[in-house]
Amino acid sequence: MNRFAELLDRLGYEPGRNNKLRLLTQYFREVPDPDRGYALAALTGALSFKHAKPALIRDLIATRTDPMLFALSYDYVGDLSETVALMWPTPLPAPVLSPSASSQTPFRAGEGDESTARHVSHLHNRPPPPSLTEVVTTLHTLGKTELPAQLARWLDQLDETGRWALLKLVTGALRIGISARLAKTAVAALGGKDPHEIELIWPGLAPPYLDLFAWLEGRGEEPVNRNPAPFRPVMLAHAIEVSDFATLDARDFIAEWKWDGIRVQAVSGQDGHGMAAARLYSRTGEDISPAFPDLLPSLHLPGAIDGELLVLRDGRVQSFNVLQQRLNRKTVTPKLLREFPIHLRAYDLLGDESGDLRQLPFEQRRDRLEAFIARLGDPRIDLSPLIPFDDWDTITAARADPLAAGAGQDADAVEGVMLKRRDAIYLPGRPRGQWWKWKRDPHIIDAVLMYAQRGHGKRSSYYSDYTFGVWTDDEQLVPVGKAYFGFTDEELVQIDRFVRRNTTEKFGPVRHVVHEPDQGLVLEVAFEGLQRSLRHKSGVAMRFPRINRLRWDKPPRDADRLATLERMLKAEGAAVTSS
Amino acid sequence: MRPSELLAPTPAGLYCKSGGFHIDPVRPVERALITHGHSDHARPGHGVVLATQETLDIMRLRYGDGFAGRTQAIRYGETIRLDDVSVTFHPAGHVLGSAQIAVSAGATRIVASGDYKDAPDPTCAPFEVVPCDVFITEATFGLPVFRHPATEHEVQKLLDSVRLFPERAHLVGAYALGKAQRVIALLRAAGYDAPIYLHGAMASITQYYQSRGIALGELRLVKGAKKADLAGTITLAPPAATSDLWTRRFPDPLTAFASGWMRIRARARQRGVELPLVISDHADWNGLTATIKATGAGEVWVTHGEEEALVHWCQTEGLAARPLALVGYGDEGENEAESDSAGDAEEL
Repeated sequence: MNRFAELLDRLGYEPGRNNKLRLLTQYFREVPDPDRGYALAALTGALSFKHAKPALIRDLIATRTDPMLFALSYDYVGDLSETVALMWPTPLPAPVLSPSASSQTPFRAGEGDESTARHVSHLHNRPPPPSLTEVVTTLHTLGKTELPAQLARWLDQLDETGRWALLKLVTGALRIGISARLAKTAVAALGGKDPHEIELIWPGLAPPYLDLFAWLEGRGEEPVNRNPAPFRPVMLAHAIEVSDFATLDARDFIAEWKWDGIRVQAVSGQDGHGMAAARLYSRTGEDISPAFPDLLPSLHLPGAIDGELLVLRDGRVQSFNVLQQRLNRKTVTPKLLREFPIHLRAYDLLGDESGDLRQLPFEQRRDRLEAFIARLGDPRIDLSPLIPFDDWDTITAARADPLAAGAGQDADAVEGVMLKRRDAIYLPGRPRGQWWKWKRDPHIIDAVLMYAQRGHGKRSSYYSDYTFGVWTDDEQLVPVGKAYFGFTDEELVQIDRFVRRNTTEKFGPVRHVVHEPDQGLVLEVAFEGLQRSLRHKSGVAMRFPRINRLRWDKPPRDADRLATLERMLKAEGAAVTSS
Repeated sequence: MRPSELLAPTPAGLYCKSGGFHIDPVRPVERALITHGHSDHARPGHGVVLATQETLDIMRLRYGDGFAGRTQAIRYGETIRLDDVSVTFHPAGHVLGSAQIAVSAGATRIVASGDYKDAPDPTCAPFEVVPCDVFITEATFGLPVFRHPATEHEVQKLLDSVRLFPERAHLVGAYALGKAQRVIALLRAAGYDAPIYLHGAMASITQYYQSRGIALGELRLVKGAKKADLAGTITLAPPAATSDLWTRRFPDPLTAFASGWMRIRARARQRGVELPLVISDHADWNGLTATIKATGAGEVWVTHGEEEALVHWCQTEGLAARPLALVGYGDEGENEAESDSAGDAEEL
């Protein structure tokens, strides 16, 4: 566990991709099986432990510390695992002072109590800390009731970094800036392989990946992917800038609508016994089939469709808010299936009966896709239409007004346009210049900063979560939203300073910031859409709000009014939601 | 006399009416008692300044000869009488010359500890516990998440990294007064005897430490050194300089930062630190709580830092405690950053 903790700790501070790769590869080279395999599983998100939820960690620390001190510490540190790792009371070690401490014989306040712990160079009489394999295998077999005591034992045995890593691991929240892709790239380097080769066999592998390491080190055969309906790493688009168009030729591109749904990969295949298998994957490769039993029977031809998951009612695409009712569900009731019928809108085909199509240019894959959907002949799966165009002006107009450009009654569910090179083969990741996304312009309002809260994670010492408001008819500010990104690092420092200097009241982690007609900070807020909300005092809720610009120049009295939002709401014809 | 009559917070700082003086005032006053030379505690422009000789020397180094109308040097342990009040200075273990100031009138004694640490430091006199009725404590690291590790361990991390990356220059961000000299002394104690390089802004204060008999080994200025010669070396610089254009004179610089704040991962990452070294000149949580207990004070006043948690802890221990809400000693959590701006920047 310690070597793994050390790796995580170092990776967390290392900004350079190549240095991260070097650290990872060195780890995989030096650490024996099966520890390194479990490390790979942890880094690629392949481990999950049913019972280790944050609530359990909170309960554990609650039994060992003062609740108020914990609350203040958590608010300060901003990260549960790190807070617990830092303040976990360590058992009293033998009071052995380090040489420099004893030679100086300085006065030591509270000599003999735990305050001397930090000057002890070697801790005796402690059980050895657990290995990563021990942690992972124990967690898999441990009953729910035994877990708290086991975790507490490990926390007692580990040092600060070890405790931090253990808690990150068991809560499945490593978040150390390592993508699964990077971890696989580092593993590939072990055997001089292309990371692509790892991706292809990955779905058939399981921790601790003994066969994978054996192959990479030349001790075994290449593992075979036995998954009858394997996931293919997805291809992603870059956001296009207006200046990019000057370098692009419209004739090289095909355009489609960008749908406001969930990107999925629907795969169908046959196992060794000729049994059909259908799977639905999220864009990260997570198998989400169990949540969509209503779609699986439609995947009755062998193939792999790249498309958008949507809810359709009476042939009409519903808003993302409606689709959300189907997401992250553990159980799917018949009522849910009836009220929120799921639909797949297809825009690419990665494979069919003839095999892998990813090396074909997009234009040819599109032809195959159209034929495939026609053969499928299923009402739950349709084609995402192309937008005919000859020049960028046509696309600009289509993006501005999807309804007039042929999106018909689904125009509300369009969040922009996609531009794909005709000759683009299907590449995993976000290859430059192949696919572009061009989202519709956001809505913009000027709002007044009202409350600020310290951020979490990387932003934990900064006031980075902002509640902002607009003026009502009786000249009161009413909160209309919360935003915690969109600003630059430099702007964050400026707002943080403003918040600290203009706090009128502290309320737990929240600071009330001055917001008077002639005193306060105006934030230009961009957002994607507006809904009626019963939960918000203002009666409106924003979708995807973020800080666009700081308006130091603007007095708060000149910020926008609630009436403006009401008008936008009417224009959107938004439905009421309770969220 | 009630303690609150003896010393009271005012906008200028802690004020003793019966003695006619302020402690660490943030505005110019007639008579100032200064705990130590960091610029948020020691400001220029007072009529009379009473402080240790070292603190007076450090103020003179930073602000020039006219930093005060008149000065009076006080030795550790020496008692002086100011009107109806007697005052004694005691070592605070924070930086060279740092003092706690004990203020007594009749049977009441208040100790204003300034900034302090109870951990060993080879560059200054060790902290001394002064029994008192009211203990005024800082709370820079006044949360139980702050438990500073042994400095030997942190310095070893730096030395290991220098061994691992012999082609890179290691830049250690450290505050010019106190931290830089302590890190150098710790490196020497760990057996590192190569020349250590200094940013120009640290030269005069470091020379002053050496003139007071603190052995720091061979030191060189970065200025004038060839880029290639800096590979595999250690340089001490003000924290702001380690993310500055200044670093371009080093071969593939690796940024370290010696500060108690490095305990919090997000803090280190925000600053772009690649090698965080948890070395602090402030008492950590265990140090604060143990010291409060050791003074035997029945009442605790908490000044700058995370006062809420420390006040709460005192109350759970049955001690009367309140925050003093003094302003001007760094904004919440920025306390150690004070030396960034203390005239350290220009002279490269």
